[in-house]
Amino acid sequence: MNNSHLIKTEGLYKKYPMGPTTLVALDNVNLNFKKGEFAGLVGPSGSGKTTLLNILGSLDSPTEGSAEVLGEKVENLEHKEAAKLRNNHIGFIFQTFNLLPVYTVYENVEFPLLLQNISESERRLMVMDALEWVGLSDRADSRPTQLSGGQSQRVAIARAIVKKPALVLADEPTANLDAQNSHNIMETMVKLNKDLETTFIFATHDEKVMKYLRRKVYLDDGKIVKDEVIKHELSKE
Amino acid sequence: MLILKLAYKNIKGAGLRTWLNVLALSFAYAAIIFVQGMIDGMSNQMETFSINAQYGGGQYWQQEYDPYDPLTLDDAHSKVPTELQQLVDEKKALPILIRQATIYPQGRMQNALLKGIETDQNILTIPSFVLVNDDGYIPALIGKRMSKSMGINKGDYLTVRWRDAQGKFDANDVKIVEIMKTNSAEIDVGQLWIPLERMRQMTSMPDESTMIVLEKNSAFNKTVGKWQHKDLDYLLEDVRAAMAVEAAGDSLFYIVLLLLAMLAIFDTQILSLYRRRKEMGTLMALGMTRTKLIQLFTLEGSMHAILAAILAAIYSTPLFLYLASDGIGLPEATAEMGFAMGDVLYPLFSFGLIVGTIIIVLLITTIVSYIPTRKISRLKPTDALRGKLT
Repeated sequence: MNNSHLIKTEGLYKKYPMGPTTLVALDNVNLNFKKGEFAGLVGPSGSGKTTLLNILGSLDSPTEGSAEVLGEKVENLEHKEAAKLRNNHIGFIFQTFNLLPVYTVYENVEFPLLLQNISESERRLMVMDALEWVGLSDRADSRPTQLSGGQSQRVAIARAIVKKPALVLADEPTANLDAQNSHNIMETMVKLNKDLETTFIFATHDEKVMKYLRRKVYLDDGKIVKDEVIKHELSKE
Repeated sequence: MLILKLAYKNIKGAGLRTWLNVLALSFAYAAIIFVQGMIDGMSNQMETFSINAQYGGGQYWQQEYDPYDPLTLDDAHSKVPTELQQLVDEKKALPILIRQATIYPQGRMQNALLKGIETDQNILTIPSFVLVNDDGYIPALIGKRMSKSMGINKGDYLTVRWRDAQGKFDANDVKIVEIMKTNSAEIDVGQLWIPLERMRQMTSMPDESTMIVLEKNSAFNKTVGKWQHKDLDYLLEDVRAAMAVEAAGDSLFYIVLLLLAMLAIFDTQILSLYRRRKEMGTLMALGMTRTKLIQLFTLEGSMHAILAAILAAIYSTPLFLYLASDGIGLPEATAEMGFAMGDVLYPLFSFGLIVGTIIIVLLITTIVSYIPTRKISRLKPTDALRGKLT
C-alpha cells in the first residue's frame, strides 16, 4: 500500500442492468484519499455517493475499474476477505444507526471486537474508552430503544471506532437528527479524527455536515464534477 | 463459541417471540412422546399379557397341530416325549390337551374347544387352581367374553359333547366353577378349560397332549421328535402385526405433529429473516462472514428446539411419571376389540423414545432453520442493508 494513499480508485464504474437499458451509478471515478482526511462525497440523491461509499467499504464491488482500499483491491476480494477487511480496518456509520436491538449499548459497541476474538478484559477497556469518547459511559446497560436519536448515533459512532479502524465510512449520519444533535455528532467525529487520526469519509447532502468537511468531492450522475479542499478552521457553532 | 453466545443473546433478546415458539415446539415434543409412549406401552402390554396367559417361554406343538386349521385337531394329540415330560415333571413346562367339542348353552348348539390344563400349574396366568374339586362333576373354567356371549354364569351346568381317541362320541355336564377375567381373547372366546387328567380320562388319551408351554424365559429349544418348537418371535407374530397396523395409524398423528412443528420453525425463520434482514446487513458490514451468519441463524433455530425440550421436560415429566405408574383407564369397549391390553394402559416412556424424539426434532428443526437461512448466503450486504431479500 502506498502510505500516502489510503484509498485509490481508477476508472471506477458501477452499472446496474435496468431491463433493456443500463443505469450507470458510477462513471469513471478516479479518486485518492489520504490517511487522516475528513472528507465528504457530496451530491443530490441518486448521484452515486452511497454506491461509491459501499464500494470503498467492500460491501459492493465495481463493475469496471479498480478500487484499492488499505492496499486491498476490492474487486478481487472474496466474501471472507472482504468481511475480514471490514472487521479489521473499516468502521461504518449508517443513517438509521443500525444498532442491534436485542443488545445493550455495551454489547453493540463490543460486537466488532467479539468478531476479532479479543480477550474480555481488553474488550471491556476498549468498549468503555469508546463510550467515553462519545460521552455515553453512563448508558452502557441501556437498550437501543431507550436512547434518543442522537444517543443512538453516538453509540453507532462508538461501535465504528472501538476497534480504532483506519477508515470510517458514514452514510448520511445526521439525516435523522435535529440540528443540535447533528452538531454534537459532527463535533465528536472531528475530535476523533484529530485524536485517532482516523480517516472519515461521509456521503451527505446535509449542509450541517458539509460545513465540517475539509474536503468535498461533488458527484452528479455518477461523475466527479468537483473535488474541493477547504482551507479553513472548523466552525465551532 | 462466539456464535453460540450470540445465538443465545438473540433468542433471549427476542423475548415473547422466542417463548411462544418454544412453547409450541414443546407441545410437539410432549405430544409425540405421549403418543409414542402409548403405542409402546400398548405393544409391551399386549406382548406381556400374551406371554403370561398363553405363550410362556415358547411352545412345542404336536406335529399335527395347526391352530388355524380345526380339522387337524382330531389327530393333534400324542404322548408327551420323554424330554418334554421331564420338563413337565420339573414344573418347567405345561402340557395342554385340546379337543373339539360341542356345547349346548340354553338349548343352542355351539362349537367350542375343550382344553385340558394342570390344576397346579404356575406357568400361565390362567387360574386353573379353581378346577380342583372332588364332588364328582367336571369343573370348567371359562372367560368373561365366553360367559357374556353364551349367557353362561358361574355355577351353571353346561352339556358338552366330544369325541374320544377312537372317534366315539361321548357327552357329560360340566359345572362352570369360575368366570376368569382375562385380557387375552385367545384363551377365552369359545373355550372351556377343564382339568387335564380328567380330560385325558374322558378322551381316552392317557399321558397325551396337544402342546407343551415352556416356562417364561426358558432356554429349552431342542428338537424333540416330530414336535414343532415355536419360539416367541413366531408366536407373537400376530400380536406384533396387529400392533404394527395400530402403530401405522398413530404414526400419521406423529408425522402431522412433526410437520406442524417443522412448519412453525420454518415460518419463524422466514419471518425472522424478513424482519431481521437489515440486522443481517449490519452484521455483514461489521465484518461477520456469511458462513458465521448462516451458523448463527441456524443455531438460533436449533436452540428453540433445545429450549423446547427443556420446557417439555419440566412440565411433562411429572405427568408422564404419573401416567407410567398409575396408567390410563381404558373403556370397556377396548376389551371387545381383541387386543389383550387390560383395563389400564401403562404408557412406556423409554429412554430411547425420549432421546430419539429429541434428536429427530432437533435434526428437523436444524434443517428447517438452515434452509431459509441459506438464502442469506446469496444476499449482498448492500441489499440486506436496504432491506431487500432477493
